[in-house]
Amino acid sequence: MIKFQNVSKIYNSDICALDNISLEIKEKEFVSIVGRCGAGKTTLLKLLLAEEKPNSGQVFFQDNDVQKIKSRHLPELRRRVGVIFQDYKLLSSRNVYENVAYVMEVMGASNEEIKRDVPQVLEIVGLTEKRENFPVQLSGGEKQRVAIARALIHRPQLIIADEPTGNLDPYHTQDIIKLLEKINELGTTVILATHYKEIVNGLKKRVVTLEQGRIIRDEEKGRFIL
Amino acid sequence: MPIIISLKRIFNTGWKSFSQNIGLSVATVFVLVLIISLASSLFIIKDATQFVISDLQEKVDVSVYFKEDCPEENILVIKEKVEAISEVKRVEYVSREEALESFQQRHQDDEVLMSSLDELGTNPFLASLNIKSWQASQYASVVNFLENNGFEGQIAKIDYFQKKPVIEKIFSISSQINITGLILGLIFSIIALLIVFNHVRLAILNSKEEIEIQRLVGASNWFIRGPFIVQGIIAGIFAVFISVLIFGLGIFFLSPKIGEIVPGFILFEYFASNFFMILLIQLLVGIGLGVISSSIAIRKYLKV
Ligand SMILES: Nc1ncnc2c1ncn2[C@@H]1O[C@H](COP(=O)(O)OP(=O)(O)OP(=O)(O)O)[C@@H](O)[C@H]1O
Ligand SMILES: [Mg+2]
Repeated sequence: MIKFQNVSKIYNSDICALDNISLEIKEKEFVSIVGRCGAGKTTLLKLLLAEEKPNSGQVFFQDNDVQKIKSRHLPELRRRVGVIFQDYKLLSSRNVYENVAYVMEVMGASNEEIKRDVPQVLEIVGLTEKRENFPVQLSGGEKQRVAIARALIHRPQLIIADEPTGNLDPYHTQDIIKLLEKINELGTTVILATHYKEIVNGLKKRVVTLEQGRIIRDEEKGRFIL
Repeated sequence: MPIIISLKRIFNTGWKSFSQNIGLSVATVFVLVLIISLASSLFIIKDATQFVISDLQEKVDVSVYFKEDCPEENILVIKEKVEAISEVKRVEYVSREEALESFQQRHQDDEVLMSSLDELGTNPFLASLNIKSWQASQYASVVNFLENNGFEGQIAKIDYFQKKPVIEKIFSISSQINITGLILGLIFSIIALLIVFNHVRLAILNSKEEIEIQRLVGASNWFIRGPFIVQGIIAGIFAVFISVLIFGLGIFFLSPKIGEIVPGFILFEYFASNFFMILLIQLLVGIGLGVISSSIAIRKYLKV
């Protein structure tokens, strides 16, 4: 489903964020990408969404070379992916409900579908009471849960979760990880980037370890070892 | 169906942003009102000067006076020949009697003149052809034609030479006015465009982050651009509405004054009869500027 081929990314001509990465992820896999701060996890995911361009190498998503997709057609790729951004990326002029509904609006869902699905997903992430709040009126953890709701709402084929629990208490963290596992069981591919040892070790799934832009370990049923 | 839903959403979002950012929207409308008023003023001034110029040009002609003993048939033959010249716009024959009558009518109240005319006993006026050409430069060739085709013997005088400086002045002024108008119009348009573009660019700058997020969650360019364009259209419509109001009122009160400066040009009537043309120009300027400037300003944020 996803293939990185000898991908390197250099920022500002001197910061080497990714160094010759090759990686393949199959349909329905649950892959954790771990590594220290600045190891290049987020950069890897940005390349997949064509938010950044690699300096060399190719990234394939469902057999399409991501860099070759025309700007006009990028939305089609992005609609197949649900992303929980590390920095949430919520629309500040829209409230919680509208932020989640926006993804469905973008896809041309009917008003009935939106009215049916959005409250359900808000219920799942426990934000029903905050539905009228704007992002500035939310705590970090709440914003993170809005981002999670938005990534799930349109039932994407791939969920990219970049540090989805960074701002959550242990109780919510467990909930979200369980949710991701369940979504994965139902057939959605999940990529989880994190530096939380306990989460990764509890999952007992494939772990890819990054260090200074290189893959130093890639194991099925892996553990967080640094 | 999805297209209709999307259009509806685009419109709703546009309207919502317009009414939520009321300060910004008012500023946009204000800028557009200024520009629309400028464009409409230029349009009206252009027509007013055109009116003055053609009025002046209408007054310019060359008269050919024929000798007292020249029979009317000969004059009419000459008239036909002159009419056949392509440079000639119109030829009018004034007989001796008509000349006398119109003189008498013009100076009815001038007793001294009237009594001296009576004393004279005969009609002192000559029959004439009043010739109008399309352009000032063409009079020379018309006069040339008259002087060199065997008519000289019957012609008493041609008043071209004494009128020549005036004629040429009028025409050079009118072409100068046209050129000045064109240049001024161009400069104003460029300034106007710069103002609007800069304003819209600043307005959209605030939305940079939002636009990039929208792209990242899969919104198409049209879905992102649409609401901005809708806002541009709404601002344009409001601006036109206000401009029409301002112009209608302003012109209603100014009309008498303008009538003094440009006799015969009744501004209010002009406004009323050209209302739809003016409205069209205003709508084009208002909505066009709103749409074009927002599309251009947003382009660079859609690259993500
Ligand atoms: N836009 C950018 N411009 C310049 N350098 C960047 C940019 N984004 C990331 N970097 C650099 O690239 C390297 C990898 O960053 P990246 O965000 O991928 O790390 P990460 O593994 O996600 O870290 P974290 O766990 O803190 O989220 C870092 O050294 C970072 O400073
Ligand atoms: Mg990161």
